[in-house]
Amino acid sequence: MKPAQFDYLRAGSIEEVVSHLETYGDRARIMAGGQTLMPMLNFRLVEPELIIDITGIAPLAHIRMSGPWVEIGAAVTQSSLLDWSDLSREVPLVAAALPWVGHFQTRNRGTVCGSIAHADPSSELPLVLAVLGGAIDLASKRGTRTLKVSEFQLGMLTTARAPDELITSVRFPRAKKGEGYVFREVARRHGDFAIVSLAGMAVAGQVVLGVGGVAGSPTVRAFGTLKDAALDDALNAFAWEMGGHDDVHATARYRRDLVRMLGKQVIEEARACLS
Amino acid sequence: MPILKAGERHTVTLTLNGRPATGYAESRTLLSDFIRHELGATGTHVGCEHGVCGACTVRVDGKAVRSCLTLAVQAAGCQVETVEGLAPRGTLSILQEAFKRHHAVQCGYCTPGILMSLTHYLETNPEATEMQLREVIGGHLCRCTGYTQIVAAAVDVATRLREAARKP
Ligand code: FES
Ligand code: FES
Repeated sequence: MKPAQFDYLRAGSIEEVVSHLETYGDRARIMAGGQTLMPMLNFRLVEPELIIDITGIAPLAHIRMSGPWVEIGAAVTQSSLLDWSDLSREVPLVAAALPWVGHFQTRNRGTVCGSIAHADPSSELPLVLAVLGGAIDLASKRGTRTLKVSEFQLGMLTTARAPDELITSVRFPRAKKGEGYVFREVARRHGDFAIVSLAGMAVAGQVVLGVGGVAGSPTVRAFGTLKDAALDDALNAFAWEMGGHDDVHATARYRRDLVRMLGKQVIEEARACLS
Repeated sequence: MPILKAGERHTVTLTLNGRPATGYAESRTLLSDFIRHELGATGTHVGCEHGVCGACTVRVDGKAVRSCLTLAVQAAGCQVETVEGLAPRGTLSILQEAFKRHHAVQCGYCTPGILMSLTHYLETNPEATEMQLREVIGGHLCRCTGYTQIVAAAVDVATRLREAARKP
């Protein structure tokens, strides 16, 4: 339960990070809050040669509005985003989901971008990003690029980030009038890994539902204006297609039940809470 | 900044409960081990070493965090507070006193972590509701399962803080 040996660099700038990433590639690991990486190090699931700590890089510490986006830098912790006074107005779905991300104690160190980077199938922020259609900014020695979330999330713990790239920020689209948002989660204990998490967004009666914790990565589907039995059938098909599996936390069948039941609730509530 | 080499001992200086403290750490040394073994402050307990139990919770620059998920070298220059700092002159803090009154301590293994979490939370949310306090306590495991008393103690303190704030 102790990490293997590694070199440690507290980086002072983005340039310093990307030049080390160029040299080390996947033999280096970026550490932001470390709330996922530290357990993996302690278990020796990963044994990197170099840990690059990015928490001291001032240009990564911003939360700002830029055009249609809310942009969150890679050093921003989940708790400081939760404390941001404009959060529930600008990105209500993030505001609803964040209290479910880990515990008070882990949110104090864990970062928003770290959670996106790790891409755990049951984690809340990648789900919210997928439903909202966000984007990820990456930097490397080769330059910078921005990927749509659909291009970025490739599967369980897998993203399109190249080994020499640093995620510098993540962008959530700002909410507009007339949109409704709902987040729901079932876990053994509040803050533990989700058995199933659901995020719904309604725009003018058209609903999009995203589900985490079942497939390898967040799965998003449009349910349009479907209602009643037609909606039940569509949710049932959705629940089966995601191909959930049995594990120590829940059976595949229980997961499908949750998708069918809570999916309907989330969709109905999202339509009802149109602002 | 220079790379701290694996396998070498590096000097780490931080402020522990208001006093400067220095010790040696490898880059991989956990803050929990550094506090206990190097600085000798064994009030901070270690349960799981992967962020699940909360026994190791300390405050770093005011915030309650898992010390088993923090490297000692990351805490260099930080204000670290542990359970030893709650009763500096031997007088129990209002929270410790409530834990005593409500019998919220059984074996005491989980207690230091819970105290540090609640101290931070109540400082920033003196009007905390029972639901909010339950969520904060939900970040900890108590193998003695004495949650009812722990919640009662926390709610008691929140009530007292609220009343104290109302008084002119
Ligand atoms: S020892 Fe740190 S959370 Fe369990
Ligand atoms: S009092 Fe024994 S573990 Fe909580």
